[in-house]
Amino acid sequence: MSLEQFKNRNVGTQNYVMLDLGKEPANNWEKFKQVVRRSVKLELFTGLKVTFREMIKALFMGEMHTVKYPFEKLPIAPRYRAIHEMKRLLESGHYRCIGCGLCEKICIANCIRMDTRYDENQRKEVSEYTINFGRCIFCGYCAEVCPELAIVHGGRYEVSSEQRASFALFEDMLTPIDKLTEQKEYPGFGAVSPDADKKIKKTPLAY
Amino acid sequence: MDGYIIGTIIKAILILAIISALAGFGTYLERKVLAFMQRRLGPMHVGPYGLLQILADGIKLFTKEDFIPSHANRLIFMIAPAITAATAFIALAAVPLLPEFTIFGVKVRPIVADLNIGILFVLGMMAAGLYGPLLAGLAQHNKWGLLGAARTAVQFLSYEVVTGLAILAPIMMVGSLSLIDFNNYQTGGIGSWLIWKQPLAFILFMIAGYAETNRTPFDLLEHEAEVVSGYATEYSGMRWGMFFIGEYTNMITIGFLASLVFLGGFNPWGFIPGGLAIILKVSFLFFLMLWIRAAWPHVRPDQLMWLCWKVLMPLAVINVTLTGLVMMV
Repeated sequence: MSLEQFKNRNVGTQNYVMLDLGKEPANNWEKFKQVVRRSVKLELFTGLKVTFREMIKALFMGEMHTVKYPFEKLPIAPRYRAIHEMKRLLESGHYRCIGCGLCEKICIANCIRMDTRYDENQRKEVSEYTINFGRCIFCGYCAEVCPELAIVHGGRYEVSSEQRASFALFEDMLTPIDKLTEQKEYPGFGAVSPDADKKIKKTPLAY
Repeated sequence: MDGYIIGTIIKAILILAIISALAGFGTYLERKVLAFMQRRLGPMHVGPYGLLQILADGIKLFTKEDFIPSHANRLIFMIAPAITAATAFIALAAVPLLPEFTIFGVKVRPIVADLNIGILFVLGMMAAGLYGPLLAGLAQHNKWGLLGAARTAVQFLSYEVVTGLAILAPIMMVGSLSLIDFNNYQTGGIGSWLIWKQPLAFILFMIAGYAETNRTPFDLLEHEAEVVSGYATEYSGMRWGMFFIGEYTNMITIGFLASLVFLGGFNPWGFIPGGLAIILKVSFLFFLMLWIRAAWPHVRPDQLMWLCWKVLMPLAVINVTLTGLVMMV
């Protein structure tokens, strides 16, 4: 499909189907005939039929549209970008974040703050990590830029709370250590594609 | 004589209590039926299937502040809802609700006052109900209220003509204004119902009845999209609730009138006893009002007037003339 039809900005000139509205009544006699025709044709009862049919469908054929929200929830898309999650390494259980600071750098809403230091093994350790969700616009750049797939978006969209800090701390976003086996990869921005293994090539050793 | 007075008082109190409760229940039914027709659930959370929603609404309406706008005419503003509710209930006084029955050895006639001009009284009382919205709209110092009041005058007064003319033909055939005489005229089963002899009058009466109870497609008095809430814009709490009780009582009254005059009243209907028969008929007519509200768009004020004066009134006059000619020949 070409982009041509999307570049056409003359909205209203395309895809119009003209309905056959018949002739306008020219004189009073024709107006009168139109009124009589419309009255006798009982078109109003078609409306009654339609609403009654919908009621029967809703009541007895399970086509009720209502989702009782707090008790039932609609499924969300796998790439939905809600509150962030911090992933752990499956083998060691250590958090994946290496403290590179790329997410802090790329964040266009300036809502990520992190602080790092060297631990006793001379390894980067995240000493402080917060996301200000009052400012976050859920653009997904942090998840996209993360080289370790450490910060991703989760599916938690019910985010009313009494404190701004409720969702914002590193520990809140980190997968609990006892839920490690249930940790799922995020299929959205920055995720490994399903056929990633096939795409990997050996690095040539000789130049 | 004493027994008659006490009996009448008991009947009046019973009818007031039952019909106002039914009017409240009517709001629940309306919300449910409209919801089902739009494939929604309607009220579900208060009580089983939301049945106690009326109670919750009642508590809310009773505990709300009784608010009167600063430039409103206080007295008239406070009286107007009472006029609507009172006239609606007074109109029911002359309507026989059920057939005669015996309880504790006492013969009970479920009609507060068996007037010999019953139907005239009912129609007159419902016409007097026009003062409720009219005074409410004029008293509240609000342009939407004023527009609502103007529409009240236009709509109710015009459709009084159609109601009166439409029901004139059955009155001529029965030869009485008493609703009990109407009922007794149609004792011969479904074939003797007046709707078969006066189909046009029935349709005209129903259309005018919808206009007079302010129901869709003629709900111009308080149509949100045009005049916010019309005559009820400044009302809140129980005063607003009284308008609603009046409206739903009027719906029930129109249902009873149509059943009594055109649909055989409380005569036994095949194997169905008379009391149940009239309840079924009124329930269906009530459901029809909700059904039509879900299905049909409402009309413009000019279309309303056109319909009344150029279509319905001539038809009613023709109907009366034809009935008179047929009766003479």
